[in-house]
Amino acid sequence: MDSLIKLNNVDFSYGEDKNFILNNLNLEIERGSFTVVLGRNGSGKSTLAKLMNGLCKPSNDDGVVIVDGIDTKNEKTEIEIRRRVGMVFQNPDNQLVATIVEEDVAFGPENLGLTPQETRKRVDDALKAVGMYRYRKSTPHHLSGGQKQRVAIAGIIAMRPECLILDEPTAMLDPEGRDDVLDIITKFNREDGMTIVLITHFMEEAQFADRVILMSDGEIIKDGKPEEIFSDIKTLEDIGLDVPQTTGLLYKLKEKGIDITTDAISVEETAAKISAALHLEEN
Amino acid sequence: MLKDITFGQFFESSSPIHRMDPRSKILLLILNIIFLFLTKNVFSLIIPAVLTIVIIIISGVPVKMFIKNIKTILPIIIFTTLINLFYGSAGTVLIAFWHFTITTSGVMRAVYMASRIILLILQSSVLTYTTTPNDITDGIESLLSFLKVFGLGTAVHMLAMMMTIALRFIPTLVEETEKIMSAQKARGADLENGKLFDRIRALIPVLIPLLISSVRRAYELAEAMECRCYNGGVGRVRMKQMKYSLLDLWAAVVCVAFSGGVIALNILL
Repeated sequence: MDSLIKLNNVDFSYGEDKNFILNNLNLEIERGSFTVVLGRNGSGKSTLAKLMNGLCKPSNDDGVVIVDGIDTKNEKTEIEIRRRVGMVFQNPDNQLVATIVEEDVAFGPENLGLTPQETRKRVDDALKAVGMYRYRKSTPHHLSGGQKQRVAIAGIIAMRPECLILDEPTAMLDPEGRDDVLDIITKFNREDGMTIVLITHFMEEAQFADRVILMSDGEIIKDGKPEEIFSDIKTLEDIGLDVPQTTGLLYKLKEKGIDITTDAISVEETAAKISAALHLEEN
Repeated sequence: MLKDITFGQFFESSSPIHRMDPRSKILLLILNIIFLFLTKNVFSLIIPAVLTIVIIIISGVPVKMFIKNIKTILPIIIFTTLINLFYGSAGTVLIAFWHFTITTSGVMRAVYMASRIILLILQSSVLTYTTTPNDITDGIESLLSFLKVFGLGTAVHMLAMMMTIALRFIPTLVEETEKIMSAQKARGADLENGKLFDRIRALIPVLIPLLISSVRRAYELAEAMECRCYNGGVGRVRMKQMKYSLLDLWAAVVCVAFSGGVIALNILL
């Protein structure tokens, strides 16, 4: 697999400040992968997201971010990077530009200078993909948070990017809106092969990924498959993440000396593990 | 009320006026207003009055909605009428008391002024009732696009973008204001009682958080717009292209004909 986004020796600080938010970061994101970046507030994960589409640039001279072969430091090719790497933010209210849903989704394609027919087609496709087609004539402030976030995602999808970066897209949503958004991005990855980078502090959301990156204080602490990360409850708690109740339960059972692994998150998986362990005890 | 600014006063219908291009609606409104002011007296106002009634009937918007609009500016109408009542010098004196005299020409003038304001309001209401604020913004942008010749193309685009964003954010900010007011009330702020000065001062703890959060919103919106390849409108192609139709031609013909009528009456009377 070739890599779509590559970070080499990246340092980052805001302004002249010598307190680095990110320290000597090296990372590659593979084309078509689903990566979750986990970390608590202030771990530098949002900054990492902004570095990946050129909103932020490395502070050090030898730090480079390459997106699909293009260096993000070159201002002239900024647009080329943004049409490849789309970004969705936390607050849907602050991402929507127009007063009518379909006009908002059209904003990106319009900026790319596509023909009105092509824009129309992309807007309809994007709205259908996020299940908001029947709301195309509504106004955003009449929609729920989850629906607004889906419109925001449609606005990015309509530009047909290769990669979608989502910076805590579910933090302001109710559980239902959260599930909708996660289902949609998982679908984009599995069915359309879109590269996904999901930035979050909810561990539960990492179960959909094929790679999890743990961040703390501007550094990558751990990088691996979700199962590997979740089996190390100690590290997760150390960097201040809320461990899901299910995983926490398995961890407590293991501490009591029961032969069980802690790499499950969903209730079903956990139940299956516990019942398997019980059968083992009986025999 | 402010929350629903997206649709403004828009009245959903598919009348010929609704289907007209926003640009021609704006241009014809300007034309009609110019000729409204070119009328010489109350008699030549008959022509614009007939035109206004015809437009209102075609628009299919209920008459009571127009009356509601006139009611809101009733004080201005009354004020203008009263002032003009005393301004006539010619004609027979009807009433005279102290320093004031009311003459027949004064009455005519007052009626003329009042009807002109009413017609002005009615005509503009037709535009806002039959066109969404979005379409009006797009129409203005397109009408002003000739300024590109003077190198003001970006300025026009920026103006339209600002109007769009303002329309988009007014409901959001109204909601936010309500939230902040509730939060301050819950901490014991008294926003409703006291003298005018006290009440103005009580608004400060509402306005400051609102201002700060608006700046933060603006910053986030700018980043989101950048992520969507926005670069100040250069090379931007709109999805909805406006098109003039036969309907606009007919509307123009009717309005020009009525304008001709005004000129004719001005010469004859």
